[in-house]
Formats: sequence, C-alpha cells, structure tokens
Amino acid sequence: MNAQMKTGILVASLVVVAVVASFAKRSDVYLLTLYCVYLMATFGLNLTVGYAGQMSLGQAAFFGIGAYVAAIALKAGVPFLLVLPISAIACFVVGLALGFPALRVQHHYLAFATLGFNVLVYLVMRNEEKLTGGTFGISGIPRPSLFGVSFDGPLAFFFFTFVSLIILAFFLWWLLRSPWGRAFAALRDNPIRAESLGVNITAYTLLAFAIGAACAGIGGVYYASLVEFIEPGPFHFSTSLTMLLAVIVGGSGRFFGPVIGTIIIILLPELLRSTNVSWLKFMQTWYLAVFGVAVVALMIWLPGGILSIGDRFKSKEVAK
Amino acid sequence: MNRFERLAIAALVLSAATTSLAQQGPVPIFGLMELSGTGATAGTNFDNGVKLAVKEINAAGGLLGRKIEYTAMDTQTNPGVAKALAQKAVDSGAYVVMGPVFSGSIIVSMVETKRAEIPNFTGGEAANITQQGNPYVFRTSFTQSTAMPKLAKYIKDGVKAKSVAMIWVNNDFGKGGHDSMLKALEAQGIKVVADVPTDPGQVDFSGAVLKVKQSNADALFVYTNEEESARALRELRKQGYDKPIIGETTLTGQKVIELAGDSANGALAHVGLTVDAPQPTIKAFDEKFQKEYKYKSDHNGMKGYSAMYVVKAITEKNKKLDPKEFAKALHGAKISAKEYPGVLLDVSFDQNGDLDRESFLVKVENGKQVVTATLPPASAK
Amino acid sequence: MGDLIHLILSGTATGAIYALAALGFTLLWQAAGVINFAQGEFVMLPAFAMLFFIAVGAPLWLSFLLTCAVAMVVLGYGFKRVIVDPLIKHGVIPLVIATLGLSIAVKSIVRAGYSAEAHPFPSAFPAGQLSLGGIAVSYADIGTLVLAGLIVIGLQMFLNKTVTGRAMQAVAQNTDAARVLGIDVKRMVLYVFLINAVLSVVAALLVTPTYLAKFDMGDSIGQKAFFAAIIGGFNQTRGALLGGVLIGILENVVGFYVSPAYKEGVALVLFLAVILFRPEGLLGKAEERKV
Repeated sequence: MNAQMKTGILVASLVVVAVVASFAKRSDVYLLTLYCVYLMATFGLNLTVGYAGQMSLGQAAFFGIGAYVAAIALKAGVPFLLVLPISAIACFVVGLALGFPALRVQHHYLAFATLGFNVLVYLVMRNEEKLTGGTFGISGIPRPSLFGVSFDGPLAFFFFTFVSLIILAFFLWWLLRSPWGRAFAALRDNPIRAESLGVNITAYTLLAFAIGAACAGIGGVYYASLVEFIEPGPFHFSTSLTMLLAVIVGGSGRFFGPVIGTIIIILLPELLRSTNVSWLKFMQTWYLAVFGVAVVALMIWLPGGILSIGDRFKSKEVAK
Repeated sequence: MNRFERLAIAALVLSAATTSLAQQGPVPIFGLMELSGTGATAGTNFDNGVKLAVKEINAAGGLLGRKIEYTAMDTQTNPGVAKALAQKAVDSGAYVVMGPVFSGSIIVSMVETKRAEIPNFTGGEAANITQQGNPYVFRTSFTQSTAMPKLAKYIKDGVKAKSVAMIWVNNDFGKGGHDSMLKALEAQGIKVVADVPTDPGQVDFSGAVLKVKQSNADALFVYTNEEESARALRELRKQGYDKPIIGETTLTGQKVIELAGDSANGALAHVGLTVDAPQPTIKAFDEKFQKEYKYKSDHNGMKGYSAMYVVKAITEKNKKLDPKEFAKALHGAKISAKEYPGVLLDVSFDQNGDLDRESFLVKVENGKQVVTATLPPASAK
Repeated sequence: MGDLIHLILSGTATGAIYALAALGFTLLWQAAGVINFAQGEFVMLPAFAMLFFIAVGAPLWLSFLLTCAVAMVVLGYGFKRVIVDPLIKHGVIPLVIATLGLSIAVKSIVRAGYSAEAHPFPSAFPAGQLSLGGIAVSYADIGTLVLAGLIVIGLQMFLNKTVTGRAMQAVAQNTDAARVLGIDVKRMVLYVFLINAVLSVVAALLVTPTYLAKFDMGDSIGQKAFFAAIIGGFNQTRGALLGGVLIGILENVVGFYVSPAYKEGVALVLFLAVILFRPEGLLGKAEERKV
C-alpha cells in the first residue's frame, strides 16, 4: 500500500464517519462524540506508552484536571479558545512535575507514580468541595460558541469535536515526523544506543509524557462541554486502566492503534448493549470478562496489538 | 445550520414520540437502572419492583387497553452513561422514564428527559433534585429535607438524646442527608458532638467508631450506603458500642441486616417504605414479590413498584397517553391506596414533584425489621 | 494516649494483612520478575472459594485448607504455566498488561457469573473484646495479629534456615549464579508461586469478615499491597512487612487526627516521598541497572 492509497482510505473513512453521524440518532451522535473525546486522551497516551515506552496509569487524572479546569473556567465566562490552552498547559506542567521525580530514579516507577497520582487527584476532586463541587460535581457547563456560531446542538458539537480531533491528530503526526519526534523511535527501539548517540533519554521521555498529559487535558475540556456536567467518577483510576488497555490492544506505538482500541472500549460495549441479536445478548453482561481474557490472550499471542496482525503475516512470509 | 439542525432534531424526536404513542402498539417505558457498579443493590431492587408492577398491569389489561413494553438499561452507576441512556430512551419515544435510582445520576440524566418533556421518576433522595424547577421529575420516596426533620424529632422525643454523633458517607447521597440532618437537628436543639465523614466503599471503620465513642454522644446517627452501613455496624459491635444507633432507611434494610448479621440487632431507623409495615396492601406486595423473585424486597423494590402504579393511576385519570399532560396532572395529585392498592400507601405529590405519605419507625430485632410506630404524613401535622 | 495505642494496635492488624499480600507480591518480583497487578483478585477468589465450601457444609477451617489446596493449583501453578511462562520472555510490560487484563477478567467473571453483591463472611475469631490495662482490643484484631505474625515469622525462618529456603533466596538474588551452583531454578520459582497463593488465602481469611466478599474487594487490598511493597523495598521481604504495617498504622492515625477524607491518600503520599528520597525503599538495597 503506498502513501497515496493510505491517505485516500483515511479521508474516505473520515467522510464516512461524518455522513453516518449526520444521519444518526441523537444518542448515537452523543456516543460518537464521546468516542472522539476519549480518542484525544488515548492518542496522547500512545505517545507516552507506545513511543516513549513508559507505562502511565494516570491518564484519567489529566483528563479530569482538564475537565475541571474547563468546567470552572467556562462557567466563569472564559472563552473556549482560551480555556483549551489553559487546560493543556496546566496538564503539561503537572505532567512534568510528576514525571520528573519518577523518571529520575527508575523507569518503571512512572507506572506506580501515575497510579498514586491518579488516586490523589480523585480524592482532591471529591473532597475539595469549594473548588470542585465535591461529589455533587459541577453542572451547567456551557458548550462553546465561536465567532458567533453556537455549537450547542448535538450534531454541531459532534462536528466541532470531530474537527478538533483531526487537528490534534495531525499535530501529533507532524510531531512524530519531525526530527525531534524521530528521536522517540530511536529511543523506543534501542534506548542504550540512542543514549550513546546523544539522545537524552530522560528529557525525551519526560517530554513525551507531558505532551501525552496535555492531550488528555484537551480531551477533558471537550468532555466537560459534551456531558455538561462533571463529577469525580469518570476520572477514577479505573478509567486510566481502560485507556491504557485501549492503547495496548489497538497496538501501542502505531499511530492508529488508539483508534481501534478506543472503539473496543467505548463503542463496542454500547453497540452490544443495544443489540437485538440474541446470541450476542450474553455479551451485555460478559463483555468485560471477555475483554479481560482477550487482553491476556493478546499479550500471549500478539503482544504488538491488533494492528500488528499485518506485520505478523509479513514476518511469517519472510521467514518462509 | 445550527437552528436548522435543532429544528430537524426536534421534529424527529417529536415525530418519534407522537408516532410511537399514537399507534396502537405497546406503550414504551424505559428504566435507567443501576444494574451494576456501586448502585447494583438499589438498582436491581427498583428494577424488579417496576417489572413486577408492569407484569401485573399488563395482565389486568395494560394502560388504557395497551400493553406496557418495559425496557431496563444498565447505567453502571455512572452518571455519564445514565445521560446517554436517557437520550436513548427519549429517542425511542418513551412515555415515562423510570430511574436512575441514585441522586448523582438523576441530576445529570433528567436534563434530557426535561428537554424532551417526558416524566421521569427517580429513587434519588437528595434534596436538590426537585429544587431546580424541573416540572418533569418526580420522586418515589421522601426527599431528605422531609425525612430528616421527622427523624430529628424522633431523636429528641423518642430517644431523648441531647447530643448526637454522625457517621455519613461522603458522596452526593450522604452529603445531602448530612446537610439536611444538621439543619433538622439544630432546629430541635440537639448538639452534634462528632461529625465523621467516610469514603464510599470504605472498609475500615475502626477510626470512625473510635471517634464516635470518644465524643460520648447520647446517640449515633449512621447515614451510609448498604455495604458501609453493615461494616459500620460490625465495627460498632466489635468495639462494644452501647448507645442507640439510629439511621434513615438504609441502615435497617434487608441487605444490611444480611451482611451485618447479629451486629444489626438493636439498630433503629426511620423508613419511608418497608415490607414489614402492617398495611394489608404492603403485605400483599411482599408476598407477590417474594413469590416472583424468591427474596424479600427492600424499600427500592417498593419504590419502583409503587411508581409504576402511580403511572397507571394518572394515565387512567387523564384517559390518554400524553407525557406532558401526565406531568401536569401529577403535580398536586392525591392517589389513594384504596383505589389503587399498587401505590401501597395514600400518596400525594406537590408542585415540585416531591411526595408525601405515612412513614414508619423500625427496630432490628433478631435479624428482622420490626415496625414500632407509624408516623403521619408531614403535611398532616 | 489510650486512643493512640488503640489506633496503633488496630492499624497494625490491618497492616499485617496488607503485609501478607505485599509479601507474595515481593516474592514474585524477586524470584520471577513478575509484577502482579491481579494480586488483589488473588485475595478475592479464595474468599469466594471458602464461601463455596462453607455453603456445601464444610466448617471454616476445612474450607480454608481446601481452598489453600485449590489456590496452590490454580493461582500458583496454573497462573505460572498459563500466563507467566509464555509471557516472561517478552519482558516486564506485556506481563504487567496481561495481569491487568487478568484482573479485569476475574472480577467480571465473578460479577457476571456469580454475584455483583457483597456477601457476609464468617470471622475466624470470636466477637467481643479484651480489656488490656484499660484499652479495649477486639479478639479479631488480636487473632489477626497473631496469625499474620506467625505466618511471617514462619516464612522468614523457612527462607533463612532451610536448604530450600536458601536456594530460593539465591534464585531471587541472582538467577544465573544459582543455576551454576546447581540449584533447580524452575522448581524454586514454582515454590514461590505456591507460597504466594497460600499467602493470598490467609489474607482472604483475615480480611473478608470486614471487607465482605465482593467481586471488587481486591481493588483496595491489591493497591495497598503494591504500595507497601515499594515503600518497604521491592527487593526485600522484610520491607513488605514494614511497608504494610506502616501504611496500616498511618492510615488509622491520619484518619483519626487529621481528616478521614484523605485516609486513602496516606499510602500514596508515603509512596511518593519514598520514590523521591529513597527510591530503593526503606529497607531496600539499590538495584543495579539491568542492561
């Protein structure tokens, strides 16, 4: 497959999604928007996990920080276009502050540190009632209106989110193509060699982690606007886990891995829930169980994720 | 583009609603239920109550001669999911929406049913649900701001306590009850000498109980969800606490008694609904429910069951299936249990969607809830 | 003062349970390089297994022994053969992910296949409390402390005094050298998995009366075990013990004197402080970087 064909497929699938959304029911549009929102966070996480080779179990915390900052700022009347960078920068800075001590010592400590951080952030959201509304959350978060156009309607907000997602994805793609981004690949493939070539491992890993955090923050802004209400629940540590698994299952370190992975964690369960096909009905209760077993199986037989199937065949052919 | 879209969607929703209600098919009613997650016990009971009522109503000819088609959907006790499911119920042209049961979820999801002008019953007890001017939300139980004053009065006159210690769970349910109770106790001149918040899902209550013991309060008020209530009772027993332990509804629920075992004995509570109440309508419900599900219903099962009969009563009064008219007619309505035994107790709704009826004082004796007194409705003072 | 002593005593009892789970966690890491994110579920499953045996009519002690046997086969040998062996060659991360998946799978299977609700669990110790010089201590706390203490001491003696125990330690410290010395590395690693399974069953026996048997009961204990292991020192068995007890006591003290709202945060703050100032853990030795 050459590059032109790939671009063609990509554009075609984007158009299909847009058309499907235009004719979908309200609840399905909502679901699709939710998917886009989560995808922003998992795209960011893929940078940390797939490209910098770090396990982060705190993506939901950054997602939540972005959402809370957005909720408070939007309710105070700060324009949406200003809220976006504020949330992104806030998450970036917190990411640096958290990643620095963890990465300084030992690399796999980032997983533990982010897990702990996530639980702490959750506690703060729940207990600092004056700031976060505590367990009652914050309701009545407005949807954006840019240049006099209101994005209040479900379909309008979907397209707004969809386009933002494409811009974000394009930015990440560009970042990975830049010389700076290529250092990531070198780092993931052979950290010791990369270091001897003058790549500062810790600095690069830290940056990747912080940018990943910022993406989650941006996703959080859209989340707050979409649901129009936030409370600590969705930012629990278990969401971080699901996001991590989405990236891994899709294929970490592959640019479109999160696209597949996020379908599996967000869209598929809802699809199955509303299915009328009788033999699929048992999946409504057993979905998570099957998912968990599938993750284990995937790690045993296809540790590169779903998108690595193609390579698997190729390498087998070469081996022959 | 935006206005056009809104119009188009409004038209779509409207046409979906009118078509599905106008034709002679079944009447769609949707349940947004906590079938998994922390609210699973409450949601499953509520759902079973609704299902039992639907079955009976359908067997007796349905709503104005049409069968009810009830679909329960699992919110996973997640407000975001509840909101999405509420949209789905709206899309499918629901006549009435039941649930969610938890206050945190209904606050979010009722925005959708309000927008679509569909009546929405909830099991939530947080005071703020009905204080936002939503004309489509209705309760199936007391709001905390009705229940707590009744309880505070009992603590003063019945228990004769001058000071109280409080253990409450730090979620929307517990916080709401805690705030209402503080006000109610203050109004009765009772001092709160220890005020201990606990986490949802907390397992270790040794510190909390120690604090309560230290405070030397005349009585303890426990306001947590089912599992935490059981753990708190076990720990109280373990540390030999001997003052009266008082709760609101959950503390003496079936599940709590089952989980806490002997430690539940002696606990007192004010409950809006209990299967152990002496009323014949409730006895009849208890038997039917046990026959159907092989276990004893808790108050949430009764909430779901009676709410479904409220739907029947008001629909028959209106003589048509119109969600908007339904909401209008329910405000200020009085439904008697004589005419509709399924509502279990005479019930009246006010302009906010809050309800009022008799309630009970209960005590746990030998692992069983025993009704010790019946309190009149708050409005009948 | 009486309060403080009471808090420390009951905190130590809770901490001892964390320590049991943390101990298995540490052993697995040392001997096999496994970070087991399903450790909490390893405690949850035996709780339900014991409930099953009790429901069939077995007394608690017999249920416990039967569950130990089943756990050694399933959570010890089975876990090693089915999940760890095929994955260990891919490195730490795929295995960690697999145990995360396992944790979700086990929880969901119990929830969907058995029950989403909490179930009561009989206590191994009588109710009531003992008055020790004016301080009331419950029998349950004393029993927990004694049993957990015996297990930990027994395990330490086994590791330090017996030939097998020393061989296991040798494997943990340097697998290659152990192999050269003629130690049956495979068998020693298997022993570690079996010990972890039994420790989990004991933790389940002690913790379930208060936690109640529920599909997600492992979440909190798994996390605590995890932090206890790192705080104490990931490469030291004694470290897990110290970490567990420290967390148990501090949680109680902070919950009582500072704010119960942040009780759950205690372990995390302690943990963050440890990785900042003493990354090898309080009792740990600095590890050399493995290239």
